[in-house]
Amino acid sequence: MSLGATTMFFGTDIPTLVAGVVLLFSILLMLVRAIAGPTVWDRILALNAIGTKSVLVVALLGFMTKRPEFLDIALVYAILNFLATIAILKYARKRRLG
Amino acid sequence: MSPTIMLDVVLLALVIIAGIAAIEVRSLFAAVMLASIYSLLMACFWTTMDAVDVAYTEAAVGAGISTILLMGALVLTGETEIVRRAVHWPALGACMLVGALLVYGTLDMPKFGDENAPAHVHPIYAGYTQQDVRKHPGGKSHGDNVRAEQAAEHSEPEAHDETAHGHGDYFHGHVPNQVTSIIVSYRAFDTLFETAVIFTAGMGLIVLLRGRRGNPLKGGLL
Repeated sequence: MSLGATTMFFGTDIPTLVAGVVLLFSILLMLVRAIAGPTVWDRILALNAIGTKSVLVVALLGFMTKRPEFLDIALVYAILNFLATIAILKYARKRRLG
Repeated sequence: MSPTIMLDVVLLALVIIAGIAAIEVRSLFAAVMLASIYSLLMACFWTTMDAVDVAYTEAAVGAGISTILLMGALVLTGETEIVRRAVHWPALGACMLVGALLVYGTLDMPKFGDENAPAHVHPIYAGYTQQDVRKHPGGKSHGDNVRAEQAAEHSEPEAHDETAHGHGDYFHGHVPNQVTSIIVSYRAFDTLFETAVIFTAGMGLIVLLRGRRGNPLKGGLL
């Protein structure tokens, strides 16, 4: 994996590395909120944010491994995340799914 | 250490945290949320392992449908788990034994990323990497015109056409795509009856959950 003149660090370039570290750290923070979160809404928000972060992780992975086609997978994750959040919110509001 | 491996390690650590938290947390709603988070992180992990199909399934079934079904179960049950702390020693022993057997079973597998693994040295691998998706040997597929133009530009004769699609190929004249060839040609009956089993299970579930008049499930789940 060589990018020519770009400075390399741990086998990848600096922007990708920083983005990856920031993404994973924010996932950790969301996870803490999902576990500790006192209200239901904290947890729903944490789940939705982790879904968004996983979309970004998949996209970043595509660029890390030089396969930008991974963006398609990221889009599917985004749609699924949206549907799951709608269902959870509907349950939290109405206490039923039908 | 490659960046993908580092990503794997961090993701798996987060997965473990989410999994333990989903077991330990008392609020069942939080447990459903954490199970969904677990599935999302596992989907990321499968993507880094290049198992994109598994990742799709994990995201759709684990984070999507399972969450909604567990929500439906929460409608019918309480919101908090009754604390009942007692270690069932025979069950723990059985779990540890099965886990140890599974780990023992993986010892025979080639190392992760091993170039000499059977999957890479088997002669069919060459045919797999050069495969061209076409329905029939010599048939025209969707991208054939594009490919013909490209071939004309590069003035490259279709060298691998005979070996890849004739009856002397690795797929014995079946569908050239390897996965399709195995599932639809060689394991056709297996796949057919698997589909029948899944269909029967689905019909049974619909009949069971359809509900009758006065049933609390009516209009609830389906």
